[in-house]
Amino acid sequence: MSIWEYANPKKFMETSALALPWLTGLSAALLGAGLFWGYFLTPDAAKFGSTVKIIYLHVPSAMMSISAWMMMLVASLIWLIRRHHVSALAAKAAAPVGLTFTLIGLVTGAIWGQPMWGTWWAWDPRLTSFLILTLFYFGYIALWQAIEDPDTAADLTSVLCIVGSVFAFLSRYAVLFWNQGLHQGASLSLDKQENVSDVYWFPLLVCIAGFVLLFVTLVLLRTRTEIRARRMAALLSRERSGGERLA
Amino acid sequence: MRALLLRDLRLAFRAGGGFGLSLAFFLMVAVIVPLGVGPAPATLALIAAGVLWVGALLAALLSLDRLFALDFEDGSLDLLATSPLPMGGVVAVKALAHWLTTGLPLVAVSPVLGLLLNLPREGYVWLLVSLAIGTPALSMIGAFGASLTVGLKRGGLLLGLLVLPLYIPTLIFGAEVVKAGAMGAEIGTPLAALAAITAGAWAGLPLAASMAIRANLK
Repeated sequence: MSIWEYANPKKFMETSALALPWLTGLSAALLGAGLFWGYFLTPDAAKFGSTVKIIYLHVPSAMMSISAWMMMLVASLIWLIRRHHVSALAAKAAAPVGLTFTLIGLVTGAIWGQPMWGTWWAWDPRLTSFLILTLFYFGYIALWQAIEDPDTAADLTSVLCIVGSVFAFLSRYAVLFWNQGLHQGASLSLDKQENVSDVYWFPLLVCIAGFVLLFVTLVLLRTRTEIRARRMAALLSRERSGGERLA
Repeated sequence: MRALLLRDLRLAFRAGGGFGLSLAFFLMVAVIVPLGVGPAPATLALIAAGVLWVGALLAALLSLDRLFALDFEDGSLDLLATSPLPMGGVVAVKALAHWLTTGLPLVAVSPVLGLLLNLPREGYVWLLVSLAIGTPALSMIGAFGASLTVGLKRGGLLLGLLVLPLYIPTLIFGAEVVKAGAMGAEIGTPLAALAAITAGAWAGLPLAASMAIRANLK
């Protein structure tokens, strides 16, 4: 039993079909519980007032937008090295989900920034980095859509994902160098020096877990769709060539 | 390899258009921006470094889609791929030819455009230095982008979408060198970072680009 068994589309479809209802239910439960806990059962913060509660959407989606890119990077590497189609399709499936998380992070950040900083947008390093990450997502998705042959598309987008990761990383540091910002530093690190207090910390953890499961669910679902689409295309082309032979 | 370089250079010079075009575009940017933001010398001095670097970026972008596309269409790219020359070498040579025909002239005329944009006097040296160090990276990163889109019918627009995000670090450090230099501040860090990006791009990207070209030729 190794993880590579799931590179077989049939095996992947069987297992994911079993896992999906559980994952869906669990992520819905965690998200519901975390958001409810965060929104209705925590006190307003002294400095922030009730605006602090957008943190339950902002932080998890921002975290997931980076994790989604990491997942795409790993999947791309697996495709380039071991040529498993499921891996390439999973990377393709994850991109729009990651893009959506990035956009949610940016929009909730703007909504939060307006009352707190008095501006919707500032060219702060973190904000700028996320905007740049959005551009990378756009490029990646556009490249997938532009190329017709699926294997070539998988090859090229994988190479782009790897090179893009390096440059996204570079951009992060370039932007840090370029401007010092408004955004607060890490407030969730494990050495709890300057973390948010426990009242907000625990519901936030639940929300993050919910977002992770939501991401896994969506990616599995979309990968299944991609596999089905690929099978359909294969069937259609077989039928067409078969028809030509008969005629 | 030298034959390939000479061939590419000769093509760029004789085919006309391509060679002068990006230079003219660079000039256009330098003329259009003051028309847009107004002629106040103080404002122009403030944005000169950034405008010139953005202009260099766009000018480099303009000629990229021809980098591999012509060879792809007439089949010489297939010949190059089957030749004993390593594909990474082919990419590097083509990027070098691109730099010699677009990047180098751009570096040469940049002081004149700095004059138009009222760049502070201390900035000229650093404008030349930063462009001379940074534009090779633009050509190489661009060659990688062009290798991704070479098989596409209309890759031009997509190319911009793919390449411009990759240009961001180069742009930031390059413009920072000129800005800091113009103010007489410390320029060591951004200059070193710029040089590192160029060196890294030339070391790693030929490999990635050759993978992309092979995937496109399949």
